[in-house]
Amino acid sequence: MNLTLKVWRQKNANDKGGFVTYKADSISQDMSFLEMLDVVNEGLTKKGEDPIHFDHDCREGICGMCSLYINGRPHGPKRAITTCQLHMRSFKDGETITIEPWRATAFPVIKDLAVDRSAFDRIQQAGGYVSVNTGGIPDANEIPIPKTIADEAFNSATCIQCGACVAACKNASASLFVSAKISQLALLPQGQPERYRRVQAMVAQMDAEGFGSCTNTGACEIECPKEISLTNINRMRRDYFNAKFFKEEEID
Amino acid sequence: MILDSKIPEGPLAEKWSKHKFNLKLVNPANKRKYTVIVIGTGLAGASAAASLAELGYNVKAFCFQDSPRRAHSIAAQGGVNAAKNYRNDGDSVYRLFYDTIKGGDYRAREANVYRLAEVSVDIIDQCVAQGVPFAREYGGLLDNRSFGGAQVSRTFYARGQTGQQLLLGAYSALNRQINEGKVKMYNRHEMLDIVKVDGKAQGVITRNLITGEIESHAGHAVLLCTGGYGNVFYLSTNAMGSNTTAIWRAHKKGAFFGNPCYTQIHPTCIPVSGDHQSKLTLMSESLRNDGRVWVPKTREMAEKVRKGQLKAADIKEEDRDYFLERKYPSFGNLVPRDVASRNAKEAFDDGRGVGSSGKAVYLDFADAIKRLGKHAVEAKYGNLFDMYYQITDENPYEMPMRIYPAVHYTMGGLWVDYNLQTTVPGLYALGECNFSDHGANRLGASALMQGLADGYFVIPYTLGDYLATIGPKPVDDKHPAFAEAKKGVEETVNKLLALNGTKTVDEYHRELGNIMWEYCGMARNEAGLTKAIGLIQELKADFWKNAKVLGVNEEFNMSLEKAHRVIDFIELGELMVRDALNRAESCGGHFREESQTEEGEAKRNDDEFAYVAAWEYKGDNVPQELHKEHLVYENVKLTQRSYK
Repeated sequence: MNLTLKVWRQKNANDKGGFVTYKADSISQDMSFLEMLDVVNEGLTKKGEDPIHFDHDCREGICGMCSLYINGRPHGPKRAITTCQLHMRSFKDGETITIEPWRATAFPVIKDLAVDRSAFDRIQQAGGYVSVNTGGIPDANEIPIPKTIADEAFNSATCIQCGACVAACKNASASLFVSAKISQLALLPQGQPERYRRVQAMVAQMDAEGFGSCTNTGACEIECPKEISLTNINRMRRDYFNAKFFKEEEID
Repeated sequence: MILDSKIPEGPLAEKWSKHKFNLKLVNPANKRKYTVIVIGTGLAGASAAASLAELGYNVKAFCFQDSPRRAHSIAAQGGVNAAKNYRNDGDSVYRLFYDTIKGGDYRAREANVYRLAEVSVDIIDQCVAQGVPFAREYGGLLDNRSFGGAQVSRTFYARGQTGQQLLLGAYSALNRQINEGKVKMYNRHEMLDIVKVDGKAQGVITRNLITGEIESHAGHAVLLCTGGYGNVFYLSTNAMGSNTTAIWRAHKKGAFFGNPCYTQIHPTCIPVSGDHQSKLTLMSESLRNDGRVWVPKTREMAEKVRKGQLKAADIKEEDRDYFLERKYPSFGNLVPRDVASRNAKEAFDDGRGVGSSGKAVYLDFADAIKRLGKHAVEAKYGNLFDMYYQITDENPYEMPMRIYPAVHYTMGGLWVDYNLQTTVPGLYALGECNFSDHGANRLGASALMQGLADGYFVIPYTLGDYLATIGPKPVDDKHPAFAEAKKGVEETVNKLLALNGTKTVDEYHRELGNIMWEYCGMARNEAGLTKAIGLIQELKADFWKNAKVLGVNEEFNMSLEKAHRVIDFIELGELMVRDALNRAESCGGHFREESQTEEGEAKRNDDEFAYVAAWEYKGDNVPQELHKEHLVYENVKLTQRSYK
């Protein structure tokens, strides 16, 4: 297949950036989207032009490093997959494909299609953990957890921290991501001692990073490659209100 | 130099406890005077960084990804072994030890493997306490499954993403220490050299991948936790960024490289679809529990399949060769990874491979669907079937999957002693990047176990002994050794950036991969290996003449990033081939065609090769020198593996 690509090129964080059009010819339907970009980059490199920078690593949909806003949708047109799992057979011969980076104030562009998502790390550093040291731990089976609860916590824990939820949101809210992390631990017995402290700390950090507010649009849930549910956001709110009204703790 | 493995004296089961007692301790008030550098934030790196920071040391941790949570441990599917014996099915520390030693084809150290089995039980406790959502039963207790042909159910899992959940646990512990100011995290940084002062590792030189800044970082010890080097084959199940640079540069600074040729080639991966292929996707080993592996009985029929004239479903039962079931009646489709992979290659070599390239065999679920019903198969393997469908556009419920082996894990790595210290004092290697626990072949669900064992439960003890010995006097990156190392890195950078030839770095990587796969892949022989050395040397010379590296250092430059990694892979490739050539026996993942039984099975040669090959760097374009650490077996009897 032969394609036309409109790609966002931006030299660095301070550059204004703009779209550049490229031809991608003789593309096989069996290529993944990122392999298609590899081919384009190989051609650019041969010509001595700077290849298109994009983040990627595992290429099997689990590391969360790849991103790309493809034809107006995070991770492209198909549901429940990441860009690295998207294959060219999902496009038509002769199609024009627009490729942009995640667009959010809290995710500044580093170069071309790669953005800085370290805000997500900082939110988790603020409290996304159970405070246990290595060693001196009771036997794992001393903490029985009902299967339904464990499964529910697992569903929240499948978030890969890619940022598609932020990219999909008109407000660039990080609520789906943050609430998934909060939910996982709030559901489990191990997470109870720090439950209310955690939700306050993580929400405070989320706000400090400059993410927008949640207005229940639900675009995040639709675009999430791991199908993280909006229920997580409800849980986060409930815990946050609970904390603020009844259980407020001082946080650093 | 004499290799001292520092294996403690005494009975196997007491070695680690006694050793822990004999190790020196660092005074609690002194711990904050030490800085430890950790390279890589996968299971080994994140768990080590967090555990050391909890003890009070200052830690500087580095990863090349944009977040520590992206390290490739994240992609491990199957599970993590632990000798908990929760199933009451006869498991024990000794049995896990025995299975691992045997699975490694008797090329690992008894003492290391026993310790691994011993601390495996603590790993599960630790992870559960962190909130890792392992699979559970209705009674609320942890579920287990049997994995990789093990006779007991000792594998703990979290659906098909155990690696992700374990890494998120370690990452959360790391985050807590970052928040407390005990760990300083450097994302998007690549280590390009280690710095030695008075013969001891005392820091690293890194490149900030965004700004290009070449930085010096001083520490009292350096821990390399940088994973495997499977990408030397270009195509592997590793992440695109997985590389050998950190351990290779350490090797060039004096760290011996142990058993570099031991590579695990996993039998159930999705086959290559074309030259554009950038990586291979693993399908969990569990598929072999219900799938049947076969190819057409005749070459003619296989040829028709390749040309698309004949469909798998149209091939009659009597025209199919279920070769694993035929050759290994007692294990059938569940033979170990190396055996399954080699047999798939044999089918291809025999002209009976399927798929357009012929580089595939069938993994058929028709019988399982008939026996259990589609619904049951879906419940067990639904996500894997979806993944397969996504990539190949073929529906595995209706036609058999096509699979082919792919490079998955490297058992070789930097040589370390019992304390995980390399031959450079103060330089440690943890997890997949060391050679230590899996011998010549790794068992399923053992990689996660080893990474976490090293990071959570071994290094916090053994590192303390070293730190107590050297004392807490400050280290400083103003020492001239840093300027010198930095200058060396800058020279390499400039040399690479000056390359303005015609071929891209990726082209060299692909060529290297082809050479490695062809001559140092599933089966190796003397003629091929000898030829490969020449080919790799030519490739290296050509790289320095005709490669094209774009841009400048002071920017986010993926062309330069790759160039560093690929030139190191080329050099490592040559060493792997030399190691494979030296090891004129078959063992585990290393099958030497000259060393096989009459039935064509691998034949080990314990008399001549029961040793660890540890290679010492002797300079650019000079072959490494071989040192041997002889393996002593006091507890297990060496037997030939048989799966007939």
